[in-house]
Amino acid sequence: MAHIVAKKALAKLAETCYRQTHFTKQEVEGLLHVFRDLQTSKKGKDEMKMDRATFREVLHYTFAMTDDILMDRVFRAFDQDNDSYVSAQEWVQGLSVFLRGTMEEKMKYCFEVYDLNSDGYISREEMFSMLKNTLAKQPTEEDPDEGIKDLVEITLKKMDHDHDSRLSYSDYKTSVETEPLLLEVFGPCLPAAKQVHAFTATFSDTCTEWY
Amino acid sequence: MGQTLTRAAQWTSVSEGGQGKLEFTPLNEALLNEIIKFAEGFASKHQQEAQTVFRSPLTWETQIAPSAFSGAYEVSDNKAVSEAKAPDGQPLLVLEAAGGKNTVSVSSFDQLSAVLKYSGDKMREARACLEANRDPAAKILGDGYATIEGEDNSMLRLLEKVKKEEGQEEGETLQATMRLLVILQQFDMQLLNMSLQHISKEVRLTPAAVNSEVKLLQSFSGDDGDKTVLKSIQYTSDYEFNNGCRAPPWRQVHGDICYLVIKPHDTDLLSVSASTAGVYINGGFEKENFSDLKHEREGEIYKDLVTLLKEKSAVFAENIAKQDFTLREDETTANQYDIMESGDEGDGDNTHRTNEDAKKDSKEPQKAEKQKSNLKKTGKDRSPRKQPQPSLKWKNLGLGEEADEKKEEKDQIREGSAGKKEKKKVTVQESKGRVYPVIKGRKSKTPAQDQEDTFSESSTESEEEEESPDRRQEANSDLPSEYWQIQKLVKYLKGGNQTATIIALCSMRDFNLTQETCQLAIRDVGGLEVLINLLDTEEIKCKIGSLKILKEISHNAQIRRAIADLGGLQTMVKILKSPDKDLKCLAAETIANVAKFRRARRTVRQHGGIKKLVGLLDCAPLGSVPMTPEVEKDIEVARCGALALWSCSKSTKNKQAIRKAGGIPLLARLLKSSHENMLIPVVGTLQECASEQSYRLAIRTEGMIEDLVKNLHSENQVLQMHCASAIFKCAEEKETRDLVRQYGGLDPLVSLLDKSDNKELLAAATGAIWKCAISPENVERFQELKAIEKLVSLLQNQPEEVLVNVVGALGECAQEPQNRMSIRKAGGIPPLVNLLTGTNQSLLVNVTKAVGACATETENMTIIDRLDGVRLLWSLLKNQNPEVQASAAWAICPCIENAKDAGEMVRSFVGGLELIVSLLKSEHKEVLASVCAAIANIAKDEENLAVITDHGVVPMLAKLTNTTDDKLRRHLAEAIARCCMWGNNRVAFGEANAVAPLVRYLKSPDESVHRATAQALFQLSRDPENCITMHNAGVVKLLLDMVGSTDEALQEAAAGCIGNIRRLALANEKAKYP
Repeated sequence: MAHIVAKKALAKLAETCYRQTHFTKQEVEGLLHVFRDLQTSKKGKDEMKMDRATFREVLHYTFAMTDDILMDRVFRAFDQDNDSYVSAQEWVQGLSVFLRGTMEEKMKYCFEVYDLNSDGYISREEMFSMLKNTLAKQPTEEDPDEGIKDLVEITLKKMDHDHDSRLSYSDYKTSVETEPLLLEVFGPCLPAAKQVHAFTATFSDTCTEWY
Repeated sequence: MGQTLTRAAQWTSVSEGGQGKLEFTPLNEALLNEIIKFAEGFASKHQQEAQTVFRSPLTWETQIAPSAFSGAYEVSDNKAVSEAKAPDGQPLLVLEAAGGKNTVSVSSFDQLSAVLKYSGDKMREARACLEANRDPAAKILGDGYATIEGEDNSMLRLLEKVKKEEGQEEGETLQATMRLLVILQQFDMQLLNMSLQHISKEVRLTPAAVNSEVKLLQSFSGDDGDKTVLKSIQYTSDYEFNNGCRAPPWRQVHGDICYLVIKPHDTDLLSVSASTAGVYINGGFEKENFSDLKHEREGEIYKDLVTLLKEKSAVFAENIAKQDFTLREDETTANQYDIMESGDEGDGDNTHRTNEDAKKDSKEPQKAEKQKSNLKKTGKDRSPRKQPQPSLKWKNLGLGEEADEKKEEKDQIREGSAGKKEKKKVTVQESKGRVYPVIKGRKSKTPAQDQEDTFSESSTESEEEEESPDRRQEANSDLPSEYWQIQKLVKYLKGGNQTATIIALCSMRDFNLTQETCQLAIRDVGGLEVLINLLDTEEIKCKIGSLKILKEISHNAQIRRAIADLGGLQTMVKILKSPDKDLKCLAAETIANVAKFRRARRTVRQHGGIKKLVGLLDCAPLGSVPMTPEVEKDIEVARCGALALWSCSKSTKNKQAIRKAGGIPLLARLLKSSHENMLIPVVGTLQECASEQSYRLAIRTEGMIEDLVKNLHSENQVLQMHCASAIFKCAEEKETRDLVRQYGGLDPLVSLLDKSDNKELLAAATGAIWKCAISPENVERFQELKAIEKLVSLLQNQPEEVLVNVVGALGECAQEPQNRMSIRKAGGIPPLVNLLTGTNQSLLVNVTKAVGACATETENMTIIDRLDGVRLLWSLLKNQNPEVQASAAWAICPCIENAKDAGEMVRSFVGGLELIVSLLKSEHKEVLASVCAAIANIAKDEENLAVITDHGVVPMLAKLTNTTDDKLRRHLAEAIARCCMWGNNRVAFGEANAVAPLVRYLKSPDESVHRATAQALFQLSRDPENCITMHNAGVVKLLLDMVGSTDEALQEAAAGCIGNIRRLALANEKAKYP
């Protein structure tokens, strides 16, 4: 009985929010189903709220993300109302960008992820902390951070169009528009095509099962 | 044979207590064979001497069992004794078997040959015999005649003895002994001579010889395929042992000296072993790091490297014969020459050199002299070079080290003191320290067995790609700042994760990658390896970033080669089936850039790249679906695919591969596109492939001609050029020419003639006009379009490619009388005659044809005559190219026909008549036919006929009569008919058996042959003997048929001939029955 009620609730939710996403109604229902399934495996938790740990697990296992800082930032990007939980609605909207976002949406999302302190700029320090694990440590080098600092400078030189030593959204946007490879310039925060495909298959499958 | 056995035969050293053994060498084998032959034949050749009993018997251990003997032998179980006995009662042959050993004693040559007859393995017997009897002569004739070093006076002694005892009974035996001695000594001499020959053939290589040969070849190596003999040659190991060998000690015991990796211009990498026995191809390296060499010999042993390379590389053989290859670097060679000289003085071992080497050497001294003086001059300037600084050159191609080494060596030579070796080793290490992995870059993924298809390239291939010289930055020039920045980025590429890699890649793209400094810097700091490695990763973004850079820098020829060397093509071919469309595009575009040289194209094909590239072309038919970003992307993929196919289609085998992969219908579909950047690669590919008959047919039947014609109207000159070029190639076929006309292609072609500033376009357009003009209907249209005038105006100040086509087109147009006049009126004849002095063979063929066509008009002929054109044509008969010869001879025919005082003119050419008669010896049918035609014309003048008769034209023509070629038959018959007019040539033809074959010509299906033959027979039938021959050959019936022909000339000649035969018969009857 409870099952049917829940099913109806999901359908209703899907009905309300699928228009704001790149998904069809059925796909939204599928996503919600996946969301609920992920929750039910954790006993005693609110069905419609996903906590940080669960979300990170999803990012790690489903989307092969590894960077701690970035995973946290991705969670923050999903968690629009900053309540430390990803609600069903946030889940669907986040995944809409995550899986099917337009270039514009993805740029906004990535910038949000990279702007660690959410002040609207990516500073040298933020870049440094995001890039610090990107280079293999070379034992011969006197200053192990020298390479990272250099990388930061290279990035700034390439992307900082207004020369204020930090990246504004417009700096970032201009750079990415000329060179799309720079979208995920400070580390992977979007799934690769392969994983998108795999994940889409899971919720589309549940869709067909459902009906 | 004593001398030979002691001196020439190769003995092993005497081992403890035993006897020396004969080594198993080819020389010994040859000697033994010779000795066996001598011994076997001895009994029959010198019967008396064969009976002579040896002083002491030759005894040795044999394999023959006593039971093998039969006949005049007493055979028992373990003994065989000959019935023939010496005067003292001893049997001449005793074979005893005791204790498992069979010992045989032989006392005369008679028995010796018998032994050989019974033995199974003659070689073994002879070997055993000689090993046991090191000096057979001493045994046979007595110790007094043992072989002595130095003056041998045994002969004289014997002679004296014989004289002294003359008349006595003993004298006779002595005489026999003496004869035997003489025979033996003669044989000995013969053997020595033979062994000398062997020795001179077989020379053992020494490390010094190999080293100097390698150095020499290194100096003639480089990327320029015309000027150098090899791309590169290098040792696999830098360490040189004290004895000069480079092979590891455990291989040195097998005689190996060193291993070489040789890169010829035309074949794959050769891995070669040099050993004391000679040089040979070995099994190659298992891995790319030169660790596991397969030592097995593959193929023959050659006496030296030059011989081996001549056998393996056609380009090498050709270039080394040309001898005009330049030295790769003057200074280094001067130094090499020094080294070689000193080496030669040192061991004096020059015998390994081949003639070529010797020739090269003789050329070198002057050069070296010059260079030595240069050396002094440049010596000061070069000092900064010694400072250790990263060299921008050669590193990844594996040649940097070599060059460095040589430079250092030169310094040594100049300092020229002791301790050379030590210093050299130090240098090698030094250079190793700063040179990036030398060997790593040299892996070749191309299977070695594929050498045979090296020459499968089409004629359209542009060779300029192949041989661009490797530009080297001046070592002492300052390194640009980009160099260091790029080096840093490459470091991040190597040591960074995906994020750092992407940043580094993007930053690298900010450099001006079209600039050669940056391109080479990427290569020189080892960036290419990393970029290519990235292609093997899973990260699509890294791949895209890497390909974006590779695409840019692969415009550089050296980078292309390096990419191919590093196996980049294989990976890119794999990427072609990636689902990511951007990636596919980039990979295809990069392949398009890299596959500009032969080896790369082959690699693409061998790894299945053609099929995948053709697969890329398969996008939805244009215009059939609405344009969405997705469809646009597909079209872009197809465009990139076409771009790559265009590059690849320069090789014949690739053309076939494209066709087999079903590329033609796809190309036809893409040809409907309206975008120039799509059309250019598509038409480019088609144009390239149209050199194949199958493509020409497909282009016509798939309806592509219409599209090609349509695109001639394009604004883009490159596209127009390729379309014209495609039509040029396709218009070889009549149907295509008609199609071009029907689709209105002739008009745009003619209008293209106005674009005289774009020579490539002009060449293609004139080419298309030339081929189209082969159809008379097209010529009409050209007439209307006033093409002749335009073409004539292009006869001056144009490159040869254009001229060939313009003249070809004029030649075709001039088949119409009206056009001949137009050419004259447009002033085309003087420039045409001028072109007769050129050297370009294909141009000459066309010019002679055009001049010949023009000469059929009397007025034109006056101009040609005034410009001395006939003399020029005549001198072209001396050209090497048979096509030119034939074409010139054809052109001469109308000239003689239409010139005033032709006979006088012809006579005025000194040696001209002799020349043309001598061309009857040519092997080319076309030359023969044309010369016959010319002779028929020349022979119209009686005086000239007399001269050519003196030059022996009659037997030469008669010799040709057995031909089956109708064209030749016709002109030959004409020539014979004309030549009959002089003296007793008719009889001479009859005597040379020319008549009967002529009769057979009447059975040919060709009418014009009949006419000419009938005329010849008519002329010949004026000689009664010929009539008889003809009659016997059954001519009457054939001629009776001909009388009924509609051709009057044929009728008349046939009737005349029959008349002559009949008259002879009547006269005969009259004589019989008066």
